[in-house]
Amino acid sequence: MAKTTITVDGRAHEVAATPDTPLLYVLREELSLNGPKFGCGLAQCGTCTVLVDGRAVRSCVTPVSAVKGAVRTLDGLAAGGKPHPVQAAFIAEEAAQCGYCANGWIMSSIAMLEKNPKATDAQIREQLSGLKCRCGTHMAILRAVRRAAAQMA
Amino acid sequence: MKMNRRKFLKSSGSLVVGVSASGAIQSLIAGDALAQGVSFPDPSPERLDTWVSVARDGQVTAFFGKVDMGLGLETAIAQIVAEELDMPVDRVSIVAGDTLLTANQGGASASSGIRAGAIPLRNAAAEARRVLALAGAERLGVAANAVGTANGEVFVLADPSKRIGYGQILDGKPLGTNVKWNKEMGTPLNVTGEAKPKSVADYKVVGQPVARRDIPAKMLGTTDYLTNVRLPGMLHARILRPPVGAAVPVSFDAASIASIAGARVVHKKDLLAVVAEREWDAVRAARMLKVEWTNPEMNWPGTEGVYDHIRSAPAVASNGESAFAGKRVYDETPTYKALAGAARVLTADYECPFQSHARIAPSVGVADVKPGSAVIYADTQKPHFVRLGIAKLLELPADKVRVMWKPGAGSYGRSDADEAPFEAAVLSRELGRPVRVQWTRNEGTAWDPKAPAAVISMKAGLNDKGGIDGWYMRSKGFSGWDVKFTADSPEQTLVGMQLGYKKWDMHNFDVPTETYQFANTVRFWQTVAPLQEKASPMRCAHLRAPQEVQTRFAQECFIDEVAMATGRDPLALRLAACKEPREIDVLKAVTEKAGWNAADTRPRTAKGDVVTGRGLALYNGYGSYAALVVEVEVNRRTGHVWARKVTVAQDSGLVINPASIKAVIEGNVVQGLSRAMCEEVTFDQKTVTSVDWNTYPILDMKDAPEQVDMVVLNRTDKASGGAGEPTLVSITAAVANAIHNATGVRMRRYPFTAARVRAALSA
Ligand code: FES
Ligand code: FES
Repeated sequence: MAKTTITVDGRAHEVAATPDTPLLYVLREELSLNGPKFGCGLAQCGTCTVLVDGRAVRSCVTPVSAVKGAVRTLDGLAAGGKPHPVQAAFIAEEAAQCGYCANGWIMSSIAMLEKNPKATDAQIREQLSGLKCRCGTHMAILRAVRRAAAQMA
Repeated sequence: MKMNRRKFLKSSGSLVVGVSASGAIQSLIAGDALAQGVSFPDPSPERLDTWVSVARDGQVTAFFGKVDMGLGLETAIAQIVAEELDMPVDRVSIVAGDTLLTANQGGASASSGIRAGAIPLRNAAAEARRVLALAGAERLGVAANAVGTANGEVFVLADPSKRIGYGQILDGKPLGTNVKWNKEMGTPLNVTGEAKPKSVADYKVVGQPVARRDIPAKMLGTTDYLTNVRLPGMLHARILRPPVGAAVPVSFDAASIASIAGARVVHKKDLLAVVAEREWDAVRAARMLKVEWTNPEMNWPGTEGVYDHIRSAPAVASNGESAFAGKRVYDETPTYKALAGAARVLTADYECPFQSHARIAPSVGVADVKPGSAVIYADTQKPHFVRLGIAKLLELPADKVRVMWKPGAGSYGRSDADEAPFEAAVLSRELGRPVRVQWTRNEGTAWDPKAPAAVISMKAGLNDKGGIDGWYMRSKGFSGWDVKFTADSPEQTLVGMQLGYKKWDMHNFDVPTETYQFANTVRFWQTVAPLQEKASPMRCAHLRAPQEVQTRFAQECFIDEVAMATGRDPLALRLAACKEPREIDVLKAVTEKAGWNAADTRPRTAKGDVVTGRGLALYNGYGSYAALVVEVEVNRRTGHVWARKVTVAQDSGLVINPASIKAVIEGNVVQGLSRAMCEEVTFDQKTVTSVDWNTYPILDMKDAPEQVDMVVLNRTDKASGGAGEPTLVSITAAVANAIHNATGVRMRRYPFTAARVRAALSA
């Protein structure tokens, strides 16, 4: 089977996967990561989101062979056990019920806030549009992102 | 070999369990090494140690036979146990939903986690405190009445410096006491000891906004989710679904997937699955496999035809008829008489769509079936019942099956969560290896059990003074019980029916709890035959506030319609018609908070593209009372409706954790708005066409309210009611009432999609 090298959370990995294998399956199955999760496989929900060179990418529809940049995942965020400010804000606001969707919101918020830490409420709603939370924790998520923005700005 | 709890715990040299103290519990939780023919007996509710256990280091573990679907239940239970034991809450761990470790408390159901599920734990913890105090007094060499308990220790009242910790008292031994069990299983299960639980006035931990303990791990990516279960040698499976609802597989072409190394097909009666060593290979095999399906004649009425279908289809059951032993429980004659004699009769039909749980992630199940025993991993709400169902399917005694509950995608009733674990069990038995079944998005939306579509007919007989002399409510729809709320037998699942188990034949809809008291009232339901008898994607089952979203939509809209027709303020009419003081209190609280103005309840006359309005609705159920005021913005050009501000007043009795209940109410508001504005399972003559998030949209972040205000009435004198559903039930009606206030247009069918509202506005 074809070998591909990808850099995930600062480490290079040589993985055995057919080139069309979506990044999500490689991260979960080959690297045993738990942050990115399967929700739809159709780029419609965001539970599989990772950052590639700082951009939020839906790993369920991204063939591993197309990944050229450095991948960051939820699993790698808490450097030295210290949660990323966005994670800390989501914890402080208890912005989850089941929490299955949290990966998508956190990773997408990081991508947004790293570019635009002063995001307004309208921009937050606009840029996080399309991500899904079935449990309906939208209000707490908005509070968490605003809190993170205040901390990162 | 008998691998019960006691033995497992003993094997680590003590009966002590606790997160920090015991590798045994970790090993149990991890479900290590399944040997052939292992037994998994039920823990006895009569042993105090079944409920509470104290480790050497004083850490307490409570064993909860329900599960936390993300509403903060685990934290609330820890608070209750800590309270009774006089412990710091962070020294209480909870083990939930594992059938080997917890008694069958019925699983997550009907917002019963606190109002029923907490009761035996509260009693057991109180009893454990009594036993510990007694043993502690002996160790301290004083009389039993000379000690107190605090901070996980027993101390001498006269000299608090003399004290001993719970862990030290037991030193790894069990509590060893029995409690009285009421011989019930499931939600009514209760136990009592000699000790009386504390009175509310003495609470220190209960009622505090304790941080939810499940949250940090969820954000850090370290939660032990079901989707993360990876067993050695585990195969990945996908199920093949037919292109037409009732079609079944005839044959398949193995050569079509020959290029995928290791991919195989399992075809057993109507079940068709592919398995592979790697997950992506299973996905590809499912896409590539060529299958010949039967081509049955299909004549579903389709999304637009379904309401006429319901109106004209014969009723097959009603409350009072076949569902409940032939006894008629209602009599509509007095109502008909009153309507016939009325000065004026108002009538309205309300149309309610099929809705899907559409969980954020579709069903997953992992099964490891060995000859004579099985371990199942599932995120079902009812692990103890799934155990019974899978045991029957595998033809094993129940004590040979263990279901290990893991947190998963949020679930709001009898969702698809119960399906994949059964399929995994069948495939694992066939293949002799652990199998993981992952459903697709399509299956999670289209093949998930649905909330039933219905037409609710309302009539009110008015006298010449506008008084109400007759009230008629008929709910006619598909049965909400095509499959049962517990998968305790194979026919309650798709795979069970595919393998030949005959569909459950039960009928149920809903009659709302009595709220408004009018003379000559009749409320009843009728069900019509299912669209497809066997293994149907359109089968119905419990979805959050089962059938009540439908009936309350009708009732709470119609009361507004009557208010409009008789020139009354909808609030005043409700207050006059309610007899329950707790209903009156939430109505008053919500309207005061929202600034309700009796003079501003007729349709507003504002011009322009964007107009605003507000609506009121009430709900009573699950031992709770909720009233809502929703303020909407309606774009008259596009038809788009935004619920900009929602105000809630809720009385759920005694509040265990004020922070959690607020979060639960907010979640109810958003999910309720989603069901009101967006959600409708669409289908044509032969198949479900809601197959993903584009064809089954839910409320987007852009449409989240700007503001959710709430008044939580903490009734320390009332038992805790359920909080998981009440706020959601009537929100659809509140939105419809608000749209009417904004535009003068009455929406009698939900969801209020932009297209539907636009059409209504231009009609
Ligand atoms: S799983 Fe990738 S977007 Fe849904
Ligand atoms: S918290 Fe359950 S889907 Fe978002």
